[in-house]
Amino acid sequence: MIDFDYVKARDVNDAIGQIAGHPAARFIAGGSNLVDLMKEDVERPTRLIDITGLPLKEIEETQAGSLRIGALVPNSDVAYDERITTRYPLLSSAILAGASAQLRNMASTGGNLLQRTRCLYFYDITTPCNKREPGSGCGALDGFNRLNAILGWSKACIAVHPSDMCVALAALEATVHVAGPRGERAIPFVDFHRLPGDTPEIDTNLAHDEIITAIELPPEGFHCNYSYLKIRDRLSYAFALVSVGAALRIEAGAIRVARIALGGVAHKPWRVPKAEQTLVGRQPNRQAFGEAAELLLRGAAGFAHNSFKIDLARRAIVRALEQATAGTPQSQSSKKIV
Amino acid sequence: MGQAMQGKTQARHTPSERALTPEVQVSLRVNGVERRLLLRPWTTLLDALREHLDLTGTKKGCDHGQCGACTVLIDGRRVLSCLTLAVVNDGAEITTIEGLVTNGELHPLQMAFISHDAFQCGYCTPGQICSALGLIAEGHAKTSDEIRELMSGNICRCGCYPNIIAAVEEVMQEAPP
Repeated sequence: MIDFDYVKARDVNDAIGQIAGHPAARFIAGGSNLVDLMKEDVERPTRLIDITGLPLKEIEETQAGSLRIGALVPNSDVAYDERITTRYPLLSSAILAGASAQLRNMASTGGNLLQRTRCLYFYDITTPCNKREPGSGCGALDGFNRLNAILGWSKACIAVHPSDMCVALAALEATVHVAGPRGERAIPFVDFHRLPGDTPEIDTNLAHDEIITAIELPPEGFHCNYSYLKIRDRLSYAFALVSVGAALRIEAGAIRVARIALGGVAHKPWRVPKAEQTLVGRQPNRQAFGEAAELLLRGAAGFAHNSFKIDLARRAIVRALEQATAGTPQSQSSKKIV
Repeated sequence: MGQAMQGKTQARHTPSERALTPEVQVSLRVNGVERRLLLRPWTTLLDALREHLDLTGTKKGCDHGQCGACTVLIDGRRVLSCLTLAVVNDGAEITTIEGLVTNGELHPLQMAFISHDAFQCGYCTPGQICSALGLIAEGHAKTSDEIRELMSGNICRCGCYPNIIAAVEEVMQEAPP
């Protein structure tokens, strides 16, 4: 780890002030990803701004019927909060599918959004990586790319976003509240993370001097018909090869609203509005789900070690939608897929 | 104790390191005892416990948050001490494996790990036991499937998982949260 200067932020404005003029400074909350990346010499901050004392630790109902999760609420507290488990069980399920109990106790809500990819070449500083070192090339393109993207990638970067929680937040159409020197703004979840394009070093549309203050969940939580299905190389404590967050509103035997977000396949949680619209008004059955899967995966292309993901994703989408329809969401403790 | 530790900490640094970010004062309440340390900000909680407080019961396995050997409790919650900086935890209450014995009596989890033969080499055991302590306090595991899943952050390369689950399950049933 390199030397850095450590300061503790007193409040949100102080945190914003402390990062201004320090392009290589980082906020630290749970630290579970940042500290690891610092040990690997991937992140080399000159200054750490400790934000753990900021008053962003509550989950609150809003007058509009939304639920606002403070940026510093630990992932485990979100997953087990009764308002989340009853109204937004997809979010709870996705969080519990990720990491380990210890990491979920440490990791903050805002930090989960800002975690970096686990692409092997991003972590290995002896290899080229355009995300770590712009212009150096991509080690994954012709390397061991089993964990890498099949959708939305560019020649510059084929990394995937590693979060499970973010897949659920994308499906639920959450809003990210941020504060910065130019005031506060709200970013729709779909616009928060970016595709790599020519600038894979920029993961999100959050400016360097902005801080996430809260995540807001809209009133509709799809608590009756949802499933988070995660397929991985071992049943626990592993990143997704493919994951599916599925949420349906079914009325009188027909789908009224459908949301499908994929994890483990792209630089951001993957949604295709057309795939969701094609289900509206239809009966929830395998035929319809297969068509949605085709639309979601249109344009998918893999590499030497991950082309299997295209077929795997197609089947996982159909299975997750069937689980959601049946009201039998995937259990995150008994991993039998039913 | 604090004085002695401070002396030891300073002796560790060579003169060439003096231009580095100065040490910061960190107070930790470790196993019920107030400890004051002077630490460089990059010192992880794990290194503070092992290298500065000589509490070597907490193990350094992977040092990257993948094995669970460094699990301790911060303010009653199980976390990975290798992935948190000591300075961020200033003022916190830390429980390590050394803090589980009361009046010379082993904690029920320690007894259960022995009676169920829940280890071979023992290197992961302090982390397993601290993790199990956190698991029981959380109260979310009801079945052995759930224990298995919620203990999945603790790797045992000797493969003692069935016995670890049995030990945890026994203590959980005896002392429901």
